[in-house]
Amino acid sequence: MSETIASETVKVIAFQLVDKEYALPVHQVYSIEKLMHITRVPGTVPFVKGVINLRGVVTPIIDLRSRFGLSDEQYDDSTRIIIASIDDIEVGLVVDGANDVLDIPVDAIEPQPEVVGSLGDEYITGVAKLEKRLLIMLSLQKIFK
Amino acid sequence: MDTNQYLEIFIDESKEHLQAMSEHLLELEKDPENIATVNEIFRSAHTLKGMSATMGYEDLANLTHKLENVLDAIRNQQLSVSVEIMDTVFSSVDDLEAMVEDIAAGGDGKRDVAAIVEKLLVIEQGESAASAEAPEALSASQSTGTLSYDEFEWTVINQSKEQGFTCLEISVSLRADCVLKAARVFMVFEVLEKCGEVIKSFPSSDQLEEEKFDETFTVTLITKEPANDIEDKIKKVSEVEQIQVTEITAVPQPEAEPVPEPPVSTSVQMEPVQEASKKQPVELEKRESKSPKPAASNKTIRVNIERLDILMNLFEELVIDRGRLESISAELNHNELNETVEHMSRISGDLQNIILNMRMVPVETVFNRFPKLVRQLSRDLGKQINLEIIGAETELDRTVIDEIGDPLVHLIRNAGDHGIEMPEARLSKSKPAEGTIKLKAYHSGNHVFIEIEDDGAGINKDRVLQKALDKGIVTEEQALGMTDRQIFELIMASGFSTAEVISDLSGRGVGLDVVKTTIESLGGSITIDSAEGAGSIFSIQLPLTLSIISVMLVEVEQEKYAIPLSSIIETAIVKKEDIMKAHNQQVIDFRGKVVPLLFLKDIFSVPHKEQEDRFYSVVLVRKGEKMAGLVVDSFIGQQEVVLKSLGNYLSNVFAISGATILGDGQVALIVDCNALIK
Repeated sequence: MSETIASETVKVIAFQLVDKEYALPVHQVYSIEKLMHITRVPGTVPFVKGVINLRGVVTPIIDLRSRFGLSDEQYDDSTRIIIASIDDIEVGLVVDGANDVLDIPVDAIEPQPEVVGSLGDEYITGVAKLEKRLLIMLSLQKIFK
Repeated sequence: MDTNQYLEIFIDESKEHLQAMSEHLLELEKDPENIATVNEIFRSAHTLKGMSATMGYEDLANLTHKLENVLDAIRNQQLSVSVEIMDTVFSSVDDLEAMVEDIAAGGDGKRDVAAIVEKLLVIEQGESAASAEAPEALSASQSTGTLSYDEFEWTVINQSKEQGFTCLEISVSLRADCVLKAARVFMVFEVLEKCGEVIKSFPSSDQLEEEKFDETFTVTLITKEPANDIEDKIKKVSEVEQIQVTEITAVPQPEAEPVPEPPVSTSVQMEPVQEASKKQPVELEKRESKSPKPAASNKTIRVNIERLDILMNLFEELVIDRGRLESISAELNHNELNETVEHMSRISGDLQNIILNMRMVPVETVFNRFPKLVRQLSRDLGKQINLEIIGAETELDRTVIDEIGDPLVHLIRNAGDHGIEMPEARLSKSKPAEGTIKLKAYHSGNHVFIEIEDDGAGINKDRVLQKALDKGIVTEEQALGMTDRQIFELIMASGFSTAEVISDLSGRGVGLDVVKTTIESLGGSITIDSAEGAGSIFSIQLPLTLSIISVMLVEVEQEKYAIPLSSIIETAIVKKEDIMKAHNQQVIDFRGKVVPLLFLKDIFSVPHKEQEDRFYSVVLVRKGEKMAGLVVDSFIGQQEVVLKSLGNYLSNVFAISGATILGDGQVALIVDCNALIK
């Protein structure tokens, strides 16, 4: 019985943003980086913070707080950049902190309830309930738009 | 059979052979009597046929086969070169090219070739009608073979023919550097004796054994096997450079009939041999591919372009680290470290030259398809056009080469269509009836120039200007102050066409603006010079390479930007008092010219504190004839940097053409001066 449950899980990266926990499927995440110098790129949308030198590759950076319209905060020691990619697009996401790599049973993921705080539901694919934690599953396609 | 691993080689070599065919066909057209040229074409066609059959591309093999038949007839002088034949042959080569392109693009190389095959067949049949008369026309001593035979030998030949054998004259050339000629001869003879009977050889077999011959020897063979099979078998002998098989058809006896096609497999004992030859076609193909290379050319190896790209990428990383080392050693100011770093910089500079050179490709690879294009063009337009190519050996980076083909095609069509006049018109202007398009490439500094010059009608300035006014491309006031060059450049504005009759050849004026954009996107520029009645020159200036560029680093507040040196005229420090205002634009007087000032701070909305400087640091940049002054905070210096893209996500940022990584590991943005100057 336990075996069948184990086979029906998804591995996700859980990270912190303000007071909530979010998650991305692990296969979309390329690496997690500490904060480094970000070069501002003029003339872009406000949530694009600029570009970084990711081991020789120039990678654009999106600040998830401003992407979701959350309050701005100074970056600190726990701030991380999650390098994520889909369809040839590689982008770094600035988050408050990376928490965990988790296996979530597929049946624990529910479609998103009507009201999920301030975050617009357009970025969300579902919500995973895990004992006492609540993970909000994000859609990269919609974040990159 | 798994042919995938050979696919790349196949495509490369097919392209080479097709190119060779096109070139030789053009030669043949100029000099139709030259049988040596036909032989060259035939050889290419033959190899192509063999390769495509092996790879299983039947349409390709089929068409090549028909083409080969026609060429064979020309070669044997049963058919004389005519315009119709050349047209058909050219268009079948076009079809072949399209098929190979299709295969290269991952297709199956299928194409409807029925029409062209039909045409080739008609030509070939015309040939067979001619060849039926041929034996009568030929006298006894004039056989198709090059050897002369005595009466006894003729009897043998004729008798064997009556029994269904074919008589072949095989001329084998060994490679010039062949060491054991006698051994190779022996091997060839061994092969031949398995297929049939050798009745004569020149030089004689004794002389052959003593190596008393140059590179070529000829044997006469009586066999039941098809000529192609024999040729293929001989090719398996090492160090054989070239084989030519001719069938002896003309016989000095009036009752002799044209020889029927030898049956594919006539007897049981022959079959194993043929099967054996089919089992190794791939190996054969590889050998074939080696043999036609001229032995005297430079020593070269074929390297996959991907590997060069990887090498380039790795080297780019090295350049970044070099920059970092340089800045660290400058900080530490340690003598020995400085020396070592300096030395390393020099070596990596040399290395950079070599790697960049390796990626250089002669423009010939683009130019070589133009003679055919111009030929087609002149036929379609009913004009006489001669194409002159100068400097085809000029080298350009592969990335540039890949992009430059289409714009050039367009400019050449344009020159042929709009530039060169009809022959009568030319004669009435006391010009030669034949117009000339000159395609010239040369290096100058860090740039390559390509010029397309025609001696046609030139550009009518007033008409261009009138048209531009009519179409609202320029206003009356703008028109007044325009130089000739600026007026000519209007023809590259979108929505412009001066041809009275719109032809399907060079479009409706939608193309020239695309040409301009393409060239500018490559970091190049295009200018037009023209004299009415005497012709026009379109000059394209291109950077040598796109991946490593020299830039000037500047600082704006906390941010660093890189400005390509190719756009910079000079730098200057300007006093605040020297800045003037014209309309709402701040300008300076730079060597008698009024140059507008652009504040990078404002353009890039750099966060800054209000402060009044007494001096401004200005980088003067240009785009064509136009200039602008970019105001920055300070100059950092000149540096070689690796151009990187901002990634797919940020594909279209205003006035930023890319990014680069500096010595300290930070990213600096590269300013696109072309976007800043309107």
